Amino acid sequence: MTKAPEAGPREVTMRVWRGEDRASGAFADHRVAVDPGMVILDVLFRVQATSAPDLAVRWNCKAGKCGSCSAEVNGRPRLMCMTRLSSLPLDQPITVAPMATFPLVRDLVTDVSFNYEKAKTIPAFRPAPKDADGTRRMYQEEVERVQEFHKCIECFLCQDVCHVIRDHEENKEAFAGPRFFVRLAALEMHPLDTNDRIELARAKHGLGYCNITKCCTEVCPEDIHITDNAIIPLKERVVTEFYDPLVWAKRRLLGR
Amino acid sequence: MDDLEYDVVVIGAGGAGMRAAIEAKAQGARTAIVCKSLFGKAHTVMAEGGIAAALRNVWKEDSWQVHFRDTMRGGKLLNHWRMAQIHAQESPDRVLELEEWGAMFDRTPDGLILQRDFGGHRYARLAHVGDRTGLEMIRTLQDRAVELGIDVLMECTIQKLLTDDGRVAGCLGYLRQSGEMVLLRAKAIVLATGGIGKCWRVTSNSWEYTGDGMAMALEAGADLIDMEFVQFHPTGMVWPPSVRGILVTEGVRGDGGTLRNKDGERFMFWYIPDFFREETADTEAEADRWYDNKKDNRRTPDLLPRDEVARAINTEVKAGRGSAHGGVLLDIASRRSPEYIRSRLPSMYHQFKELADIDITKEPMEVGPTLHYMMGGIRVDPDTQATTVPGLFAAGEVAAGMHGSNRLGGNSLSDLLVFGRRAGLHAAQHANAQRAPGAVDPADVAATERRLAAPLERAGEDPYALHHDLQAVMQDLVGIIRTRTELDEAARQLGDLRRRYDRVGAKGGRRYNPGWNLALDLASMLTVAEAVARSAALREESRGGHTRGDFPNSDPEWGRKNVVARWRDGRIELTTEPLAQMPPDLAAIVGSEPKATEQTAVESTAPAGLGGHR
Amino acid sequence: MATMTALRQRTLRRDAWWIEPAFLFVLFSAFVVYSFFAGIANANYFVDPYLSPFYSPCITANCAHLTFGPIVGTWWNLAPAIWIVGFPLSFRLTCYYYRKAYYRSFFQAPAACTVPDARSKYGGETAFPLVWQNIHRLTWYPAVILVFILALDAVQAFWFPTASGGHAFGIGLGSLLMTVNVVLLALYTFGCHFCRYLFGGRLDRFHLRPIAFRLYSLISALNLSHGRYAILSLVSVGLTDLYVRLLSLGVIVDPRIVFGG
Repeated sequence: MTKAPEAGPREVTMRVWRGEDRASGAFADHRVAVDPGMVILDVLFRVQATSAPDLAVRWNCKAGKCGSCSAEVNGRPRLMCMTRLSSLPLDQPITVAPMATFPLVRDLVTDVSFNYEKAKTIPAFRPAPKDADGTRRMYQEEVERVQEFHKCIECFLCQDVCHVIRDHEENKEAFAGPRFFVRLAALEMHPLDTNDRIELARAKHGLGYCNITKCCTEVCPEDIHITDNAIIPLKERVVTEFYDPLVWAKRRLLGR
Repeated sequence: MDDLEYDVVVIGAGGAGMRAAIEAKAQGARTAIVCKSLFGKAHTVMAEGGIAAALRNVWKEDSWQVHFRDTMRGGKLLNHWRMAQIHAQESPDRVLELEEWGAMFDRTPDGLILQRDFGGHRYARLAHVGDRTGLEMIRTLQDRAVELGIDVLMECTIQKLLTDDGRVAGCLGYLRQSGEMVLLRAKAIVLATGGIGKCWRVTSNSWEYTGDGMAMALEAGADLIDMEFVQFHPTGMVWPPSVRGILVTEGVRGDGGTLRNKDGERFMFWYIPDFFREETADTEAEADRWYDNKKDNRRTPDLLPRDEVARAINTEVKAGRGSAHGGVLLDIASRRSPEYIRSRLPSMYHQFKELADIDITKEPMEVGPTLHYMMGGIRVDPDTQATTVPGLFAAGEVAAGMHGSNRLGGNSLSDLLVFGRRAGLHAAQHANAQRAPGAVDPADVAATERRLAAPLERAGEDPYALHHDLQAVMQDLVGIIRTRTELDEAARQLGDLRRRYDRVGAKGGRRYNPGWNLALDLASMLTVAEAVARSAALREESRGGHTRGDFPNSDPEWGRKNVVARWRDGRIELTTEPLAQMPPDLAAIVGSEPKATEQTAVESTAPAGLGGHR
Repeated sequence: MATMTALRQRTLRRDAWWIEPAFLFVLFSAFVVYSFFAGIANANYFVDPYLSPFYSPCITANCAHLTFGPIVGTWWNLAPAIWIVGFPLSFRLTCYYYRKAYYRSFFQAPAACTVPDARSKYGGETAFPLVWQNIHRLTWYPAVILVFILALDAVQAFWFPTASGGHAFGIGLGSLLMTVNVVLLALYTFGCHFCRYLFGGRLDRFHLRPIAFRLYSLISALNLSHGRYAILSLVSVGLTDLYVRLLSLGVIVDPRIVFGG
């Protein structure tokens, strides 16, 4: 039960991005004292309280449940509240940078409105009529598949890491990003939903841009198997609708 | 400065705010929702256990009457009976409505919504999704709000309610990302800003919980009631220090976990109060049987209402029977299989693994009380959620009355839905009856602008240090057990802090400057902290979330009164007012007021009573 | 407080992110080169009872060990493997796991997470030629047949020629290798994302189709390790061929026990 205090240095160097735009900003080093069990966010609070009171950090629950404190720690997209110091090499500076995919607001805070705009383009849940007895029945096995997608805390780390928009700004128009493929999958696989979003996924949300290199899955703090459970099944559904010659032939023959 | 006009402006985008906005929009009102964080990040996402509603999917014996009774008894009868009644009657519909909007609760074998056990509830009653029910609820409401096209102002902190001849005319705030002021003119405003947890050091609450809504409403002329009733959740994480306070869901106990002291004893059996003795198991064997057979066994004392459990833990720790880091042990590892634990409590498993290096399927968790919920707040009409200020409504944690002196787990999410909807409905009706919003006084706008800009223009008190000191005062002097001397000392120190606050200064500019933002939030925190400390000093009894070391008994006289706080000439003025009286038919359901008995666990006398236990 | 401007760095990652793409680059390149020469060699692919998987099914008249047929007549005098190589090749080329692997290791799009793409333009699988990845499911059906054929080969690999011209049961290292190979291929083929879709993934209401749901759960479990089986089966196919080839060249001897031979 009782863990020995973590060994290691009592001070670390935080190399934190500062500035209001990417051209003029810079990393600044802060030397701070640390205690056992600290996460990156704790250390940044200490930076705020000691040397940089105006350091912009977006955070909220500090318990890995709200998905606000996304940033890139030593180059890897992480929730700062769930990244323990003990998981990092402390003999070198710890680099904390804002998410690269979104416009910078200030310091570690980015403008993530891209995501909220994309959310508006997804047709809502439209349930089938109720059962005869006035209830809606769904069963655990079919609910569980969708519940995995509902674990999403919208930290947008998957959107940040996805090279389709991270490295190619011009694709933002035509590509919704992994977070919204997860949302589409949740709606498409909902046992009671009647809306069809398959054509939309292909044409408007750019499912075909995804080359399944799985970085979204790698960074997901909720361990959602984004690629295997959301994106690829959606791709398969798109194939059935648009690319499968057997389905096409069957429809021609049977006249539907 | 942005200048926008709406029929209804909802401040706060947690469960209550979103539900209110959805209803207002559905009523045809031009609606905006304002939130201090990003949309969908509100504190509601942290609710774990579930939504209490007598759906009767698991226990046919359940009914709104039983739920009502549990709620009233859990609140030690200080609840507004009408709110408790509406809540119990309407929460099943609100839960089913979420399903219409795409929510996916865990299921019973025949496909209905599964319900789980929680503290203080007679039957398994909580509709849930593993241990992330709040997230499911927020996301469902969020998607619904997006579908309806409700305008959202994100990262916008409202600082001032504007009135015109006593009625609501709008509100003023600033956008965090730019630091610019924003004016929202409105015919009706719904406050859904949540609680005040950030006044304490050990809390499960997020940074937004600074009491803005309560402070603004108070200053606009609304009443605050029951401010002394603050809930300490019995199980927060205690180690390592940086995660102290993070919530450990009551679902752990609902699903079979038990509390033990450092000697492995299930101490909760020593702390069963008379008020709950009839319905609580007094042997470990009966308590363990209860999980599977609720008809023939009484519930485990591990699931007594939160105030009882928090006090019991507090007493055990003070008596030297606590765990290594000043908590007690919450053990599910020895009682349930690893597969069961991982499937029922995935985020708890994850949380302990990631933050504390503890595998809860193998080791017990170390837990202790953490400030969790504010029962008190803005006084509202039980049917319409209207405050005493025309056009101003309040719902959710910011409003008071529903939970009395102590809230049952699971009753919060249902509270948000039931009263969020009612607030939105009546705000829209109020707005529809007005021709135009009231006039905004430019002098108010200018004064607020000056107040907002002031901290940036001086190098004065450090807001982080002030916040730290405020938390120390509240944690050390206004905690679980309170005394007159400590409360008076708290009031004195809060006065000092208020004087220091007048010189608060923030470095940097207006754009996303957390030092400046905190400096502004501190104003509300100081106001609500003072209301809590002074209300607590006034109520000379122990009841629910308010325990007085110097008045350990509950007092039937005090059981018929609310403490009311009002704003008079720039100061908080306290009075007491009689509680609304329950109609006889409902009173019969609830049962009698407990006699003037001692709240358990103020003094630890219990262990000695248990068969020469030590 | 020292400052530095460093956003021009390619990536801020500190770990050895390049190891995985580099390893896969080497592995795939080695396999392609080896299989090319093994596939066109037209010799040393059969040592009774072991048939190299590169040459199975063997369907040309010039084959040393005909699986069935011959479907292709005597006019064909090149390696029989050429007729069938397209099936496993297309299955693997369009496989979701392999796509990830070679997009990362060969195209560097991206080589690793948060490492910038090598090219400035990117259209993914939206246009020709990569839009053809969508035919993956058509390549799955032959891949399944192939698994059954290789299973038959593996069974035959336990029946050794006797002096009297008959066959006797025995176990050789080659028989074991061929068995392991076909098991890995089966795990890979039946853990395929399309297979998972076909047998249940396409449904939303599992409770109406309990058998489909059982299959779906089973395939989902396999699918978790799809990448691992993709690599392992690739290596095992190559090693099995190499084993047969070395046996045939007399470089090694097959340790075996034959019963009643």
